[in-house]
Amino acid sequence: MTAADSRSAVLADAQDYAEAPLVTSKGMAAPDARALILPLACAMVLALLAPVWSSYLSDLVVKIMILSIFALSLQLLVGGTGLVSLGHAAFFGIGAYATVLASPQEGGNLLVLLLAAIAASGLCALFIGAFSLRTRGVYFIMVTLAFAQLGYFVFHDTSVGGGSDGIYLMVRPALGVIDMESGRTQYYVVLAALVVVYALLALIARSRFGAALAGIRVNEQRMRAAGFSTYWYKLAAFVIAGVLAGVAGFLLAARDGVVNPELLAWHHSGEVLLMVILGGIGSLRGAVIGTVTFVLLKELLGTHAIVGPLADHWQLTLGLSIIVLVALLPKGVMGIGAQLRARRAAGSDAAAKGGAHHG
Amino acid sequence: MDLATFLVQCLNSVQYGLLLFLLSSGLTLIFGIMGVINLAHGSFYMIGAYMAFALAPYLGQHFITMLVVGVILAVVLGYLLEWAFFSFLYERDHLQQVLMTFGLILVFEELRAILVGNDVHGVQPPEWLSGSFSLAGMMSYPWYRVFAAVACLVVAFAMYWMVNRTRLGMMVRAGASNRDMVRGLGINIKRLYRIVFAMGVALAALAGMIAAPMASVYPNMGSGVLIICFVVVVIGGIGSITGALVASLLVGFVDTFGKVFFQELSGMSIYLLMAVILVWRPEGLMGKRS
Repeated sequence: MTAADSRSAVLADAQDYAEAPLVTSKGMAAPDARALILPLACAMVLALLAPVWSSYLSDLVVKIMILSIFALSLQLLVGGTGLVSLGHAAFFGIGAYATVLASPQEGGNLLVLLLAAIAASGLCALFIGAFSLRTRGVYFIMVTLAFAQLGYFVFHDTSVGGGSDGIYLMVRPALGVIDMESGRTQYYVVLAALVVVYALLALIARSRFGAALAGIRVNEQRMRAAGFSTYWYKLAAFVIAGVLAGVAGFLLAARDGVVNPELLAWHHSGEVLLMVILGGIGSLRGAVIGTVTFVLLKELLGTHAIVGPLADHWQLTLGLSIIVLVALLPKGVMGIGAQLRARRAAGSDAAAKGGAHHG
Repeated sequence: MDLATFLVQCLNSVQYGLLLFLLSSGLTLIFGIMGVINLAHGSFYMIGAYMAFALAPYLGQHFITMLVVGVILAVVLGYLLEWAFFSFLYERDHLQQVLMTFGLILVFEELRAILVGNDVHGVQPPEWLSGSFSLAGMMSYPWYRVFAAVACLVVAFAMYWMVNRTRLGMMVRAGASNRDMVRGLGINIKRLYRIVFAMGVALAALAGMIAAPMASVYPNMGSGVLIICFVVVVIGGIGSITGALVASLLVGFVDTFGKVFFQELSGMSIYLLMAVILVWRPEGLMGKRS
């Protein structure tokens, strides 16, 4: 067997290994198509419903969609490659800052600014990834966290980005008829970006590259033994994830017209990690569902009309909810079905055993 | 920079480094022995500082008594928390530990806001420690900072002695290197964990109490210090108490002198230090090579 043969054998194995829906086995065209129907239908509904929504609702949906892109980008690392980063907000914030810092006084070209955000977040991801990926496991979690703090202090302590107050965007970016000043345009640009990012990640998951990442997640040693230079695969995943987070940051800056250092703070990294885990590690859909769940939960717990005076202490209720949700749903919202099935199976097993004892 | 300023900064570095050691040794103990990543460790530091603020009106003049009372309260808190919450985290993977302790931070922060509000408070050092002495005939140095350094040093030595010379320390070291073996030898691992965790909480709270008269007591003080602790633990090598001590002093020096020489970039200096050290040794200064 040649080296190339053994490598494809490992790749094929990696695809079989990966039980997570992010990587589906080859030759199963039907489930693949079905897997895309629901997200596409959701996107269609979002596109069609926008005109009838109140501005509050439409604002909330835009916010959720931007954060979904952010969470999807982290899913490539956590669910796709098995790298738990606790500093992912750095790339989100750098993308947002790059957008504002690169825009000229009278309003910039949307495409140019997007490229600026991508370049900035990509370069930073390359730099941070190159160092962080020398470590693994818990070290990786802590090192990414610390690097993100470094970025936070760059913007917080120096006057580059207006210090701790942040910096305003004079005029929102535009490109021909696509003008981010308009709320409607913002909505559709963000929706389009979400669809593109989702499709891109779905393609990656089905590619050879995605299979190699899954192989690294399952058994890095084996991938290395088969001749994969796993470091470069991980670095590539880290940079792609950083760039996509930067895109989310670009959209946020273009929507809000203001950025501040808090975007890079580690609490923000913790929140996006939570979204991914709340939804379910390993599935793109999970990242989006987790984001929706988290944002709605936060909204709900902070609304007086629903929780009464407890709304003033939403941090307390949110913290307790996080603990309870993580405790009860170790596989996230996407895992609820499997969890229920397992419980039912266990229940019927126990019943059968009980019956046998009696008999 | 003249000699006196240099000396003062050196003293400040050592004192800050020792304080960091109290904090990060607790984090290292909890991670090294129990394998739990505890993001809420900074909250225990905050709780300690607020404890000093709450106890000062009654015991402020009997400062040592106050520290002892605070440590006892922290041990009780740690013991209860381990029983009620952390004992459920051992079986969870690191990701879930990160998230659940992240949730715990939110709970602690909000409880603090409810109980004591969001104001910034100051704590006066006791009268017998409130003066300062003259250094090299030019600069004056507060006695309280000397006391803080000595107190941290005493605890550090006590820790060293406990870990290396006592039966409990032997179990702790064994637990850090091979948990199943310790369980197999019939040592009550549940109780060992509870003791170690309570000790970690007490160390963090003690650091908070000692720090309170030097820095003000303010909301979010825990989360800032938590990240610095992580940096210390990563630089020193996870699970190594000696590594934590070396790294604490190193971070203390870099941070203190960074503030003097590069005011604008001081927040970043320790992260740059971390990057440099990790390029050189990815597993930290005293970490085990995998």
